[in-house]
Amino acid sequence: MNVGLSSYLTVSGLLFAIGFFGLLLRRNSLITLMSLEIMLNASNLALVSFSRFHAVSGSSMMSGNIFVFFVITVAAAEVAVGLAIIVALFRRRQTIMVDALNELRD
Amino acid sequence: MIDFLFYLFAVLTVVAALLVVLSSNAVNSAMFMIVSFVGTASLFVMLQAYFLAILQVLVYAGAIIVLFLFIIMLLDVDRVEKRKSSKLSLVLSVLGLALLVGGVLTLFSGDGGFLAVAQVETPAASYSRNFGYELFTRYLLPVQVAGFLLLIAMIGVIKLSKRPLSPPLAESVRAESE
Repeated sequence: MNVGLSSYLTVSGLLFAIGFFGLLLRRNSLITLMSLEIMLNASNLALVSFSRFHAVSGSSMMSGNIFVFFVITVAAAEVAVGLAIIVALFRRRQTIMVDALNELRD
Repeated sequence: MIDFLFYLFAVLTVVAALLVVLSSNAVNSAMFMIVSFVGTASLFVMLQAYFLAILQVLVYAGAIIVLFLFIIMLLDVDRVEKRKSSKLSLVLSVLGLALLVGGVLTLFSGDGGFLAVAQVETPAASYSRNFGYELFTRYLLPVQVAGFLLLIAMIGVIKLSKRPLSPPLAESVRAESE
């Protein structure tokens, strides 16, 4: 089978599915954050492959790539804030398991 | 040859991502995440996005994973009790995984109608130059906004992770200021 756009999109979709799976399955909030990163990474791969295969001769292939640049920026900021929240949470509650944090429900 | 490299890196990326999710030790998850991100960077190289591949390795594998590892060491997560996830969430997550994988495979296997487009060869020589040019002309405002976003995130993290003053220290500070 020839490697084309659909192959890259399949990899991207599988990565997204794995990230979604981890987000639902794991109780450790660090692993949850890692799953979020995997999902963002999958969307980056889809953007790059679309901009590679749908490039028009005039505008080259920059739009998708530059969007990926901003996604990476936002992901870095998101990880920093998320880890700071986890540290603050651990300092107060001595746990980072998401199913132990259900005060609002009771 | 190119096809072989694609399959190698694709399998590497997906398997490493699966191991991130499934391994019980958080440090192992972080290590597998490095492998997954390097695999994605190799796929970026195969898509001729060289600058983004370098950025991926620098920012993700370099900075973000180090941050994760630092927090894992700091919190000593393995000391925390290991509880199994509930049966309901296990069933639901497997269901979601099956639905997503099935959807992806039916959409992208074979030559789908909306994906059948001619492949355009783009010149890769002036890639980084084009990238910088576009960033500082057409996308100048988003660059500024991203810079402000990073500044705001930095201030927020400093505020969040600052330890509140302990009571006697706070008392002495208040006495000094009066």
